Amino acid sequence: MAKQLIELIVNGDRYEVAVEPGASLAEVLREELYLTGTKVGCNQGDCGACTVLVDGRSVSSCLTLAVEAHQREVTTIEGLAPSGETLHPLQEAFIEKGAVQCGFCSAGMILAAKALLDRNPAPSPEEIRHGLSGNLCRCTGYVKIVEAIQAASLKLAAGKEAR
Amino acid sequence: MNHPSIIGASIPRLDGRAKVTGRAIYTDDIKAPGMLFGALLRSPIPHGRIKRIDVSKARALAGVKDVIVGADTPQIKYGNWRLVPASQDELPLAVDKVRFVGDEVAAVAAVSSDIAQRALELIEVEYEELPAIYSVEEATAEGAPLIHEESQGNVSLVRKIEYGDLEEWFAKADLILEDEFKVHAVSHAYLEPCSSLAVPDEGGRVTLYTSTQTPYIVQCLLAHTLGIPENYVRVMKTQVGGGFGGKMELRPWEFSASFMALRTGLPVKFTLNRAEELSYGRRRHPMSIYSKVGFSKDGKLLAKDFQVMLDGGAYNAMGPTATFLCGTFGNMLYNFPAYRYYGRHVYTNKPPASAMRGFGAPQAAFANETQLNLAAEKLGIDPIEIRLINAMQTGDVIPDVATVSSCGFKECLEKVREISGWDAKRQAKTPNKGLGVGCFSFISGGVFNWFDTKYNFSAAEVKVFDDGTAQLASMACDIGQGTDTVLRQILAAELGISIEKIRLIAMDTAATPKADLGSWGSRVTLMNGNAVIQAARKIKDMLVPVLFSQFDLNQIHDVAFEGDEVFVKANPKKRMSFAECVYKALRGRRGEPLSAYGYYTPRDKGLVSPAFSFGAQVAEVSVDEDTGLVTVDQMYTAHDCGVAINKMAVEGQLEGAIQMGLGYTLSEQFVMREGHTLNNTFLDYKMPTAEDMPPSVYAEVETYEPEGPFGAKEAGEGLAIPTAPAIAHGVFEATGFRCRKLPITPERLLRGMGKLR
Repeated sequence: MAKQLIELIVNGDRYEVAVEPGASLAEVLREELYLTGTKVGCNQGDCGACTVLVDGRSVSSCLTLAVEAHQREVTTIEGLAPSGETLHPLQEAFIEKGAVQCGFCSAGMILAAKALLDRNPAPSPEEIRHGLSGNLCRCTGYVKIVEAIQAASLKLAAGKEAR
Repeated sequence: MNHPSIIGASIPRLDGRAKVTGRAIYTDDIKAPGMLFGALLRSPIPHGRIKRIDVSKARALAGVKDVIVGADTPQIKYGNWRLVPASQDELPLAVDKVRFVGDEVAAVAAVSSDIAQRALELIEVEYEELPAIYSVEEATAEGAPLIHEESQGNVSLVRKIEYGDLEEWFAKADLILEDEFKVHAVSHAYLEPCSSLAVPDEGGRVTLYTSTQTPYIVQCLLAHTLGIPENYVRVMKTQVGGGFGGKMELRPWEFSASFMALRTGLPVKFTLNRAEELSYGRRRHPMSIYSKVGFSKDGKLLAKDFQVMLDGGAYNAMGPTATFLCGTFGNMLYNFPAYRYYGRHVYTNKPPASAMRGFGAPQAAFANETQLNLAAEKLGIDPIEIRLINAMQTGDVIPDVATVSSCGFKECLEKVREISGWDAKRQAKTPNKGLGVGCFSFISGGVFNWFDTKYNFSAAEVKVFDDGTAQLASMACDIGQGTDTVLRQILAAELGISIEKIRLIAMDTAATPKADLGSWGSRVTLMNGNAVIQAARKIKDMLVPVLFSQFDLNQIHDVAFEGDEVFVKANPKKRMSFAECVYKALRGRRGEPLSAYGYYTPRDKGLVSPAFSFGAQVAEVSVDEDTGLVTVDQMYTAHDCGVAINKMAVEGQLEGAIQMGLGYTLSEQFVMREGHTLNNTFLDYKMPTAEDMPPSVYAEVETYEPEGPFGAKEAGEGLAIPTAPAIAHGVFEATGFRCRKLPITPERLLRGMGKLR
């Protein structure tokens, strides 16, 4: 089938890409835009490593067709930090709390957490665990990931109050 | 010497920033100009002869650049036990026979992965099917078909350990127990699927970027199977998305990528998908275990007869080492006078089992610890008490095997009794709830050299510069466990400089010193850590004379390195910055750079390991008596890993180990029919999610290991061992059903409780 020309707004930047109708968003991000921070752990929507935000909602980019993201705002892990210098509080907390080991699930975890905190700024540990139940990790037992998300939610709340 | 600011500190991993911003590079993230995409054709049958292969149609497909079958390759067998040539039973691509569903038969390189997949469909293979075997019992039965013709009744390796007079000690026993146990295969389930990219270099050389735990071993075995000099292969570090023992051998795609890269002159990349990983990937050994133990009436373990058949699948892989270690784990925790181990590694027509976190120990411990709980019950002794009676202690000797140079096992048992509220909870006895205990000991790397390296087991090169910075080069391999950070902590502590000032070059086998055997057997912190310390001390020897000259010191003085400065211990006012000291030393050496090598090989340390870690774990479980569902309400662990170099990293190992142990005990298994894996997705292969994890309490019991760097020993694998026996014991206390098979599924439990026929 002929390729289709689509427009993606990824991390605020506009891209025109010709894609196969069957190409997944994950494939296009990784192979065409070379945004390899998005990882593919199963390519079946089971592990959550490829989680990105589309118009603020978390999706498995391996199960999302690139054409579905036409003219929509996509946020990948590369776009989360406002600049190379400053990290998002979630990223900072993941480092400080030891929530990263091999790092392969980290991008998906952090973006799933971002979507969760956008919905529910002060989640309980149970709500965090529920929010992450679509993201697998084989290294950490999730303990420090949950701690990091809690720490980030407090920091984000403190930041809002200060403003 | 104490280095509280750096040794024992919870320093966040130094690659954390790269990983949370998506900038860390894993193999599949790399694109090389002109790169081809590889794909593997695998056997659809469990056992058979290859009658005919025709690749002409695949080769003719537009976009296909190369197709190879076994006959095109040098056909050199390989395996990690180079010292025992007969154990090397694997070919990168099958030549005459296939031995499991998934055995690699042909490889394709094409301009896109879609074309490579289409080309696979065009390869015609005609097989003559042979009878297949799926269990160790069938494989070792009279007249069973041979999977490898040269094996003795499908047994590829036998390991025996024997000491003490078994008959005499059994005759003295007041209680004798004989039990059989069966444990199953589970997947490493690292999140990053295997990936390898081979880039051809000038002169018939090749650079391989690969997701591996053992770059040096890959370098050696790849050169061997390609039939080229070892020095023609360069293995490069990428980030590794988890390993757990599943990425520590030469793999067929590493060979195929390199072989086709050399043939085509183009880079070739292979990346597996999850279905391939789960259907055909390495896994933990299933085992059939018979154990007979004798106890005195006061609970002293007198004799153990431990007989194990490991279901190795189609090839040896790391099975010989697992067979060896399984026997050693049978006598590592408790000190008793008579022991016999008879371990057999058996071929079956299933995907090869191999090393997996614990390396033979989780299986051995499930049997040993469960049997100890049985004995405690029969003798009317508290399960923790019976362990205290028999526990290994510092200075104990495991006959012909090792001396235990540090051991906090008894303290761990006392600690876990305290933090779990063991005594009170056991007395209270809540219906459908139970408390179970399981213990472990583990090695800090092996002293054995079946790989037959001519080099030291670990090596490090340290360079220091007159800007006050240093460079550490090592083949040690961070696969997520954090050794890149830990080794820099060790160097920072020894040289007295800030950790940020140390650049690390790791895992480029062409640029780092020979050798390091890789990340397995929990060897890196102790072995590479010792190499780093030795190199750092040589550097200090080069720097110390500067102070003696500068301050006109009497030779009785000594010099300290701390806080990026160097000073006279007895008169700290006499000091200079580390940078200035290096500058002056450099001048004194007339420009010769300051660099030094350090090495470590365990010597005079017995047969197994230079040091042993210990621990005890209690699981508090609830059982729903109607559904048979087991819920782990709380875990309690006490752990002796010597001095923890990085506390946060050690906690991370524990927390991850509980996830893996929980899956092993309750939910993870391969469902197989006639050699085919039926559950090859993460939807059907059930590993615990964030919602399944129990809360966990942890206590560190600190000992000082004299052989370890700053007193450290193993911390990564041992913790994966005690969870299954602890949960199984808790289930017994809750239900009265003693499970001798894993996993403890609701069905198995309800049958055991007599609620399901």
